[in-house]
Amino acid sequence: MIEIEVLGNKDTRSGFGEGLLEVGKINKDVVALCADLTGSLKMDAFLKEFPERFFQIGIAEANMIGMAAGMTIGGKIPYTGTFANFSTGRVYDQIRQSVAYSKKNVKICASHAGLTLGEDGATHQILEDIGMMKMLPNMTVIVPCDFNQTKQATIAIADYDSPVYLRFGRPVMPIFVKPDAKFVIGKADTILEGADVTIIACGHLVWKSIEAAKVLEAQGISVELINMHTIKPLDKEAILKSVAKTRCVVTAEEHMINGGLGDSVAQVLIQNDLVPQEYVGVNDSFGESGTPMELMTKYGIDTQNVVDAALKVIQRKK
Amino acid sequence: METLELKRIASQVRRDIVRMVSAVNSGHPGGSLGCTDFLTVLYFDAMNHNASNFSMDAIGEDVFYLSNGHISPVWYSVLARAGYFPAAELGTFRKMSARLQGHPSTDKKLPGIRMASGSLGQGLSNALGTCQTKKLNGDKSIVYTLHGDGELQEGQIWEAAMYASANKVDNIISTIDYNGRQIDGDVEDVLSLGNLSQKWQAFGWEVLSVDGHDIDALKSTLAKAKSMTGNGKPIMIIMKTEMGQGVDFMVGSHKWHGVAPNAEQLEIALNQLEETLGDY
Repeated sequence: MIEIEVLGNKDTRSGFGEGLLEVGKINKDVVALCADLTGSLKMDAFLKEFPERFFQIGIAEANMIGMAAGMTIGGKIPYTGTFANFSTGRVYDQIRQSVAYSKKNVKICASHAGLTLGEDGATHQILEDIGMMKMLPNMTVIVPCDFNQTKQATIAIADYDSPVYLRFGRPVMPIFVKPDAKFVIGKADTILEGADVTIIACGHLVWKSIEAAKVLEAQGISVELINMHTIKPLDKEAILKSVAKTRCVVTAEEHMINGGLGDSVAQVLIQNDLVPQEYVGVNDSFGESGTPMELMTKYGIDTQNVVDAALKVIQRKK
Repeated sequence: METLELKRIASQVRRDIVRMVSAVNSGHPGGSLGCTDFLTVLYFDAMNHNASNFSMDAIGEDVFYLSNGHISPVWYSVLARAGYFPAAELGTFRKMSARLQGHPSTDKKLPGIRMASGSLGQGLSNALGTCQTKKLNGDKSIVYTLHGDGELQEGQIWEAAMYASANKVDNIISTIDYNGRQIDGDVEDVLSLGNLSQKWQAFGWEVLSVDGHDIDALKSTLAKAKSMTGNGKPIMIIMKTEMGQGVDFMVGSHKWHGVAPNAEQLEIALNQLEETLGDY
């Protein structure tokens, strides 16, 4: 019987806000930059505690990324904050040249990622950001699954000398990672051990996959669930170890199927151990306005989609 | 440094530039020749920097960002002649595996370079970040930038310009290579900058102007700009320059923006530029 203790309900962006405040206390070199979304990014607590280390840039994301890169000269660790759309697509070239190619220790912290931004609609619902960021050499890509893990990741990246893309979101979701869990960049968490199918998920889809695992369990299917919070560098060992046992994979993400976590997993499988894989993700489509949960259902990234994908991929096993 | 000595260095830098681009039949000689006098004065007279022991963090040192990265030949030559790396390495410019990439980068760890540039419009933002870090660190050093005039067509420049004055970033001295040319022709025809001085003033900057080929004027203008730092306003120096300065068949034309002289043209150019420090 699958038992995952729910410790509360919060948004992952609040985990970022708490983590930023905490890491600000631990590490005096941490500075924060924001492009007019301090409240939305929950950066107010850091601003209040460390006003001299907080830089309000205004609605000028290109300047924010460029300045963050420049702030590393002299040893600062800049955390930039804005929505995922404006953190990536809008400033791709600035990130590419000034952060990734120049290998600067900048932490690009992106909220309101994916469909679950909700009512604002497709202009703001970026579903391509994981792909864009993982393609950049030198970039590390992290998508934590809940409030606690986002907080832990926010703290952990300060000690990791590398450009980092940290992606989180807006909706209130269950908290299930223990508050004292250790976040290790590049090391996946196995949430459930099972024998029939491996589900590899990131972000909000980890919780959806827990729900799916319960539904599948009721049908006598044993799920191994991996929380792949670091998409790059990818924990290949965890994937291969699990599929050696289950012989099939479902990947689940709040992102385009094209270029996301699923494609990264597929590369590992193709080159090492070719087992069937099914994708849960958005299929080459922009989103639209709606409540987060309505949109997850409509665009095929809900609990039932994970269940269906698992049943299908099990059928495909030789 | 004495003006005569600076002129001797500038002559050698110009020789380096035309030889570097001619050797690989690529690169950007026009803007490089136009900024030679400025970069020579900057590195040999104005800036406080440590060439023999390059430090990425530049604690206690002035920092320079070349925002118009395509004029890398002049920067590489000045860095080499200032002692950041051996002048012989100029012969590797744009060649496979070289530290002297076509556009400046940190990737291969060439001493003297702290940020990649080439995609235009980013250097001012980079510089402002370093300015803010220096303020946090209590470091009184200055951050310098150079921009092409065509580069000012990039929107990010004006985001940064607005930020600098609004936040009283007064430890920056920026400069513009105002040669009036860009790849497709005259800046005035491609996309006019209007009244450039008034634009920067309207954005809250102190604006100085100088003849970018008058070594004495460059020395005194940079000294004046330094004396104006710390007064709550960012500083811009608009340098009137000629693309291709120093080589008669290149001067004043956009045609040598990104074209290298052939062997015959190189010979003519070198005959106009005295070898003062020894060719690499």
